[in-house]
Amino acid sequence: MDFWNTLRLALRALARNKLRSSLTMLGIIIGVGAVIATVSIGQGAEYLVQQGIQSMGTNAVFIAAGSGRPGGARMGFWAVKTLTIDDMNAIVREVPLIREAAPAVVGRVQVVYQNQNWNTGITGTTPNYFRIRNWPVQAGSIFGQDEVDSAANVCLLGTTVSRILFGEENPVGKQIRIGQLPFRVVGVLESKGQSVMGDDQDDRIFAPYTTVQRKISGITWIQFINASAISREASTAAVAPITALLRERHRIRPGEDEDFFVRTQSDVADLADQTQRVMTLLLGSIASVSLLVGGIGIMNIMLVSVTERTREIGVRMAVGATESDVQMQFLVEAVALSMSGGLVGIIVGLIGSALISNFLAWPTLISVKAIITAAIFSVAVGIFFGFYPARKAAQLDPIEALRYE
Amino acid sequence: MTNPKGPSVEESAAATMEPSAITSLDGAVIHLENVHKTYDLGEVQVHALRGVSLEIAASEFVAVMGASGSGKSTLMNILGCLDRPTRGRYLLEGTDVSQLSKVELARISNRKLGFVFQQFNLLARTSALENVELPTVYAGLTPQERELRARESLERVGLADRAQHYPSQLSGGQQQRVAIARALVNRPAILLADEPTGNLDSHTAVEIMDILQRLNQEEGLTVVLVTHEHDIAQYARRALEFRDGKLQRDAPVRDRWVAREVLPTLPSLDEEDAEDAAK
Repeated sequence: MDFWNTLRLALRALARNKLRSSLTMLGIIIGVGAVIATVSIGQGAEYLVQQGIQSMGTNAVFIAAGSGRPGGARMGFWAVKTLTIDDMNAIVREVPLIREAAPAVVGRVQVVYQNQNWNTGITGTTPNYFRIRNWPVQAGSIFGQDEVDSAANVCLLGTTVSRILFGEENPVGKQIRIGQLPFRVVGVLESKGQSVMGDDQDDRIFAPYTTVQRKISGITWIQFINASAISREASTAAVAPITALLRERHRIRPGEDEDFFVRTQSDVADLADQTQRVMTLLLGSIASVSLLVGGIGIMNIMLVSVTERTREIGVRMAVGATESDVQMQFLVEAVALSMSGGLVGIIVGLIGSALISNFLAWPTLISVKAIITAAIFSVAVGIFFGFYPARKAAQLDPIEALRYE
Repeated sequence: MTNPKGPSVEESAAATMEPSAITSLDGAVIHLENVHKTYDLGEVQVHALRGVSLEIAASEFVAVMGASGSGKSTLMNILGCLDRPTRGRYLLEGTDVSQLSKVELARISNRKLGFVFQQFNLLARTSALENVELPTVYAGLTPQERELRARESLERVGLADRAQHYPSQLSGGQQQRVAIARALVNRPAILLADEPTGNLDSHTAVEIMDILQRLNQEEGLTVVLVTHEHDIAQYARRALEFRDGKLQRDAPVRDRWVAREVLPTLPSLDEEDAEDAAK
């Protein structure tokens, strides 16, 4: 008997027991659907991380005040007063792998424009910060070095702050109040979206670090240095000389803990890779468990089907079906079950991830690889779990089968 | 062994037959030689057949009789290539079937044999036409050939207008006629009928016998009929009686009944007519 006939026969047999067939497929549907949905969520997360890494600049080296060592007594960057603008200048001067660097002094402030009021983060920095972070303005311009030197009351707005305070109005050139002080808005930055950590990077204003140090925070130190290495490889290679330099400048004796820590994008990328591996493993185990359960369901229903159709098998054998004809018939039926389950599962997974993107505002990426893998695996499950029932059907004695009540 | 038929009938029958039906050297389509069948049930051995030898020529109509346990069902299974003899030889149109593999047996039973069962054994929720097509599917015919043959076969049993009906929509007699059409669709040389009237009322039973007699007489089809009813055996030309696994008696049927002549004398049940009217 040719393949198309066998397939037609199998589909008809499945259509005869629609409820039973769909319930049997449910295991595979849920398994495949869950895998497709979770993979696209995972890919979305990976995309976010990649975006985050991109947004930090691929050659970025990040130096923060405070101990980066987990465990032991840790001090937050806000309490550590040892990182200074001189440290930054020394790094740029003495570590040739570093091209440039920008300081960051952060705090929270209340900003007011007319009757609009907003509590947001402020970062004090230098003009090259926006080049290092690859973050252009969409309107106006970035403040200049002379405004840093004179600690001028100028600021740049993130798009979120701009929208809240000004709505559709153009903020450039307008006067706002930060705390008690009047500031002139010189520009609005492009939107950068969520960070790797999930917070809104556009809900922030930027001012010269000198202004923030002296007029807002009342401090003389800085909290972060955003540096840019000459290349991606150089960013990793620069960690050691920076650490050595800062240890020396901060007079930290060998064996003592550092009061700063240095991170590069490759650290973040490594972490992302590791997360991805764990995720893949997790998805793999979910997939195999659900496909196993689905496969057992198929085997079960196929065994029932073989018993129910014993007479049919007897008739087929009496009119000339060979063992392999009968075996093929039931095997194709099992594969048709698992494959349709797989296909429906893929559709369910796609719809599920679309719903997640829409309602949870979580980006999802459809993985073609996951879809193909799911399809192949559902077929494999059908063959594996359909083989035994099909074998059983093929080995029936036609005489017994014809007599079966 | 006596052949009840006159030579003129034999000749005209042979002329309408498929060439395959007359390839046997001695003219016998079925040739059993000292056939034994023993079932090993562990502690006991059941001797279902104890040395059966017989020949059935082309275009014969043979009734196999016997009480249950006489070995007639075992004989039928062996004749139908569903089972193999423990000992002895079975030549089907000159081919020694006992030597064949399972696949070859399946092919032989598909091409040379047609089965009719007591229980009809039609596939439920499958149209009459597709039920009749079933053997042609395994014979590897094209879809067009299959449908052509199936329609032709349904026509031979007078059910051309019921092609799209499901078995559940047909009366018992109609179902059995579909089963006969299915048995004929691959143009076999031999029709094996196992108690074909066992589930039918007497009127319908005679109708079925009429079809079998006509196929035998008009088309030269060899018919082997298993029955335990003497009334049914009366329609055959030759009767074989089995007892305890042995061929007890082999004789031509005297005062053979002709179904076509018997039918008008029976009180009409109008079963099928009534059903048709209801539809």
